[in-house]
Amino acid sequence: MPLVEVSHLVKHFHRGTRLFSAGTLVKAVDDVSFSIEEGETFGLVGESGSGKTTMGRCILRLVEPTSGDVRFRGENVLAFSKPRLRATRRQMQIVFQDPYSSLNPRMRARQIVEEPLIIHGLGNRTTRRERVAELFRLVGLDPAHLDRYPHQFSGGQRQRIGLARAIALNPSFVILDEPVSSLDVSVQAQVVNLLMDLQQQLKLTYLFIAHDLRLVEHICNRVAVMYLGKIVELAPTQALFAAPQHPYTRALLSAIPVVDPDAPRQRITLDPALVNRDAVLREISPQHFAAV
Amino acid sequence: MKNTDPVLAVEHLTTVFDLSTGPAPAVDAVSFQIRAGETLGLVGESGSGKSVTALSIMRLVEPPGRITGGRVRFKGRDLLALAESEMREVRGADIALIFQEPMTALNPVFTIGDQIAETLVVHGRSTWRAAMVHAVELLEAVRIPDAPSHLNDYPHQLSGGMRQRVLIAMALACKPSLVIADEPTTALDVTIQAQILDLLREMKSAFNLSLLFITHDLGVIAETADRVAIMYAGRIVEEGPVRSILRDPKHPYTRGLLASIPGGVPGERLRAIEGSVPALGALPPGCAFNPRCPDRFEPCTSAPPPEYPVDPNHGARCYLYDPGTSHRPSLSELRPGSPERQRREGGQPPATTRR
Repeated sequence: MPLVEVSHLVKHFHRGTRLFSAGTLVKAVDDVSFSIEEGETFGLVGESGSGKTTMGRCILRLVEPTSGDVRFRGENVLAFSKPRLRATRRQMQIVFQDPYSSLNPRMRARQIVEEPLIIHGLGNRTTRRERVAELFRLVGLDPAHLDRYPHQFSGGQRQRIGLARAIALNPSFVILDEPVSSLDVSVQAQVVNLLMDLQQQLKLTYLFIAHDLRLVEHICNRVAVMYLGKIVELAPTQALFAAPQHPYTRALLSAIPVVDPDAPRQRITLDPALVNRDAVLREISPQHFAAV
Repeated sequence: MKNTDPVLAVEHLTTVFDLSTGPAPAVDAVSFQIRAGETLGLVGESGSGKSVTALSIMRLVEPPGRITGGRVRFKGRDLLALAESEMREVRGADIALIFQEPMTALNPVFTIGDQIAETLVVHGRSTWRAAMVHAVELLEAVRIPDAPSHLNDYPHQLSGGMRQRVLIAMALACKPSLVIADEPTTALDVTIQAQILDLLREMKSAFNLSLLFITHDLGVIAETADRVAIMYAGRIVEEGPVRSILRDPKHPYTRGLLASIPGGVPGERLRAIEGSVPALGALPPGCAFNPRCPDRFEPCTSAPPPEYPVDPNHGARCYLYDPGTSHRPSLSELRPGSPERQRREGGQPPATTRR
């Protein structure tokens, strides 16, 4: 049984709704289905506005989907009552893109990491203190800095605090929404290494939402490509990078800048007319699906 | 002016920020040259001083920042010695600046036609009526489809890629000889980035531009630059031809940057540079990179290293290349497990797996 199973998920937003006009309908997530196996890193890529962030939030019900199913260990998360949902969220956590705006500037690092433990009523004051220090060490921070405020940490350290908060409740599934894209190049690699270490140590399953395709190629087992709210291609990472099938995937991969001044550049431009919006995902080769 | 004279020669440019702890150099005796038709890539992480360098060249640094020394020779004239009124004629006309975030760089309450035309009118190149006609030509030059219909669009009506095209059109309006592009594609999706890079390349040859291209992305550098200068903590630590820098980097920082790019065996640990960029005003003594450097040795903490030539037209500010000391191979050149390497690593196995 897959850990997370998303089927026919739809999220529509109404834009420009006024008293006497319905506005326009934005299909942010448009009938998306996929499943994530326990222990894997599942990559979700696509341009800004393709619906990948909304997708992640729908799984946690941070945004309520319009219709569809999200199953976690076989149970439909969308049917959960509020207390049940809260209990399940111990298992499902998220790390946000921007470590500057996702940490409360008025709380000390200690309080930020401890907060989920308090909310879920875990431990007492002493055991929580110990747990927070342990989490700090786990993400490579110095417990001597526990009483500092977010602004006293660098961007990379702040993202480590966000990670410590996310793993505080021993989740099995973590959504990483562009976790390193706002960090400096030399710091990105440190945080990526930490993510890989934590996954091994804590047996985590990741949904990795990203636009850096080099990074996705490096750490993901399977990748789904989103385009205008739909998944247009889904495949094991190597297969996707070796033989992209959908015109959008081809354009996307050909646009990655290569760190080699002599690399042949064969840019493939996407002709939107070539994209059949009604095509459904079909299996092109084993485990490789494309909407062509 | 001879053909071989540089269009821009920055000499020992120093810009400090007055912090509560005292003046801190954000740009520290930076020197480089750009020749006609050449693209110089200026690479650095946030806080390295690359954007302050651009603003200093344009004399747009605002307090608490101030330029305290050096020269910015543009076509033989020192821009730092010009009166503000003369400088205003240079900005936008001879040297144009393209910013990273096209939404904030454009004025939301004027149409894009007005904003392009304004550049021409302000510099006395044209009347409003003629400028509007020229604006359409510029929008066509930057490949905005159906340009006349977009003349009266406001910035929010355009996509990010289109807005960046508008900014490029504005930059080209007065036919500048030098364009400074500060992270022009960082806010864009990778497919749009590719289109904008192609456009910049085309515009460069069509308008015979020299380009100062500022970015943190070495992949983008590989596609655009002829020469590269790597900045760290306000100083240029390595400079050379793009092939030489990317194929055979000399400075340990450049090597670290290149090595930390994901690639190689999937799932393997990345070769991260340990530590983080020092804060402005809190630079370590000597070479600013020394606390993070795998190749650190005795002289590194004494004084900032001068530039040593390492290859033709390629220099590195690193004591590893001091001809006075016998050649000392850098750690990354040593075979893993070799006695010298083990000794230098203090008998410890390397902290990260090296590819």
